[in-house]
Amino acid sequence: MLKDEDRIFQNLYNDSGADLESAKLRNDWSGTKDILEKGREWIINEVKASELRGRGGAGFPTGLKWSFAPKEVGSRPHYLVINADESEPGTCKDRDILRFEPHKLIEGCLIASYAVNAHKCYIYIRGEYFNEGQKLQTAIDEAYKNNLIGKNALDSGWDLDIYIHYGAGAYICGEETALLESLEGKKGQPRLKPPFPALIGLYGCPTIINNVETVAAVPTILRRGAKWFSSLGRPKNTGTKIYCISGSVNNPCNVEEEMGIPLKELIETHAGGVIGGWDNLKAVIPGGSSMPMLPKEICDNMKMDFDACVENKTGLGTAGIVVINNDQDIIKCMARIARFYKHESCGQCTPCREGSGWMWRMLERMAAGEATPDEVDMLFDVTKQIEGHTICAFGEGSSWPVQGLIRHFKDEILKRNKFDPVVKKQKNIPYLVDQHLLEKENA
Amino acid sequence: MSIKKIHKVQPETFEFNEKSMQAANKIVSNYPDGRQQSAVMALLYIAQRQHDNWIPLKAMKYIAKFLDMPYIKVYEVATFYSMYNLSPVGKYFFQVCTTTPCMLRGAYDLVKVCKKKISEKENELSQDGKISWMEVECLGACVNAPMMQVNEDYYEDLNDKKLEEIIDTIYQNKIPKPGSYAGRINAEPVDNRKTLLGNKNA
Repeated sequence: MLKDEDRIFQNLYNDSGADLESAKLRNDWSGTKDILEKGREWIINEVKASELRGRGGAGFPTGLKWSFAPKEVGSRPHYLVINADESEPGTCKDRDILRFEPHKLIEGCLIASYAVNAHKCYIYIRGEYFNEGQKLQTAIDEAYKNNLIGKNALDSGWDLDIYIHYGAGAYICGEETALLESLEGKKGQPRLKPPFPALIGLYGCPTIINNVETVAAVPTILRRGAKWFSSLGRPKNTGTKIYCISGSVNNPCNVEEEMGIPLKELIETHAGGVIGGWDNLKAVIPGGSSMPMLPKEICDNMKMDFDACVENKTGLGTAGIVVINNDQDIIKCMARIARFYKHESCGQCTPCREGSGWMWRMLERMAAGEATPDEVDMLFDVTKQIEGHTICAFGEGSSWPVQGLIRHFKDEILKRNKFDPVVKKQKNIPYLVDQHLLEKENA
Repeated sequence: MSIKKIHKVQPETFEFNEKSMQAANKIVSNYPDGRQQSAVMALLYIAQRQHDNWIPLKAMKYIAKFLDMPYIKVYEVATFYSMYNLSPVGKYFFQVCTTTPCMLRGAYDLVKVCKKKISEKENELSQDGKISWMEVECLGACVNAPMMQVNEDYYEDLNDKKLEEIIDTIYQNKIPKPGSYAGRINAEPVDNRKTLLGNKNA
């Protein structure tokens, strides 16, 4: 287990209050000016050396992302956008940072905006987190009052304004280009990439978009040094991560742990174990609903970091761990996730808009045992036709969980679905017969 | 994308009152000159708060003029995002999360209670016209499942009995305490905390 002193988010459970005074006791805002004075290059190199990877799901190296921002500000201003549109089912880490550790986030915003040459920072919070947003606003007001941000922040000569922008309940706005569209006051429909936001983003200006947890971790990394951060975990998968453990466990919780902690240890130590014991485990979704699930055999020895997850044909995503035990109907669970994706598809690309509904309806029938056995392969085919044929990664996000289900639990679906199609039984009703489905002599 | 119905009975006029106007002007000033369109989401929300928790078409037209943008663009935004109500909802608007993490911990028991105590169908007002409810997708408090949102407050770690108590309290015109109903104010493991104990006891 990670030592308490190595945890970045000391106030994850709000033991000591989120105000500036308590935050300063936790070392926030100490030596921030010195960090800024070391210069852009140093900050970016240090973040690169720490091998910090984005905590929003894709795991892109943060230092590298920052280095994509143009070195000099041209005719267009730069923007920093913080993605706090946390809507992935199973994930609720950013919420705790917003309400209990807002000063870590604001300090991170100052450092990040300095590193990427931005004077304006927008924090996009999902609309449902209204109260959390208000708490963050209180912290921002405190920071302005103490000259931590604003004109000539910390007497460093750097100006920074932070604004909160509330979303209004669209999952897709967590996708970075959809988020920018939404910030511009349009429907949240993702843009084609390239051009990437680092060059053409918000209002057509260079924009760097980071997740809340990523930015909030940066000040601590710079204070304690890249070496400390990269000594945790293993190469390319360094540092700590907030894991959200929900579902069929005895004590669902958020907990900050080292990257690469074994999944079993995480669930048994912190979440009080699976309901009914480890042997009652059926499957785990390791990284929020859009990552494929894993059966118990893999969970036994699985480590929780980006590369280990990829080796097992899944992803760490946002580290929202959803535990499903044998008391639950796994097909029904996935049908509900498919309904989520059907509801949240933005409707821009046809494969996703139509396909997400097909997947949902087929899975609902499979859960009820009303599908034919060959529909399982058809469903897999549908997922393959969505994946990779859409503008954004929502297509993958909606089809991977279904693929995961079919990959690991095909037998269970087949056992339940032995329905014989109407077509075969009642050949004589012409309007019920798809001619090409009949045997050749009838075709 | 959710299907949205525009309410049949629409008010004749809509204008921001003084409080909304102040809030709206402040929001617009957050964005660069000429980019006032960015404020449309916040303004729709302000309109919704002013107008009994739903947005009439007149308000969209008013906002379009206010921000100097085409009416259809405001309409698009209002119909795209699920948090804008385009027809009346109860004064207390229950949104029950039923996505998988909540479902695993019994969110459909909550739905049953809502059906029994509020109204048989979603988006229908209760008998005294105060409460309406609907199923929503993940609200982002999965470790506190099952949970629901009433207007802006989260009610977490519920079960059917606790929800019945909450509904009864609201029927008596009192607002129950938001937050967790399992004795935690956050997302720590109940009775099983192993980390940051030094802070807890400090």
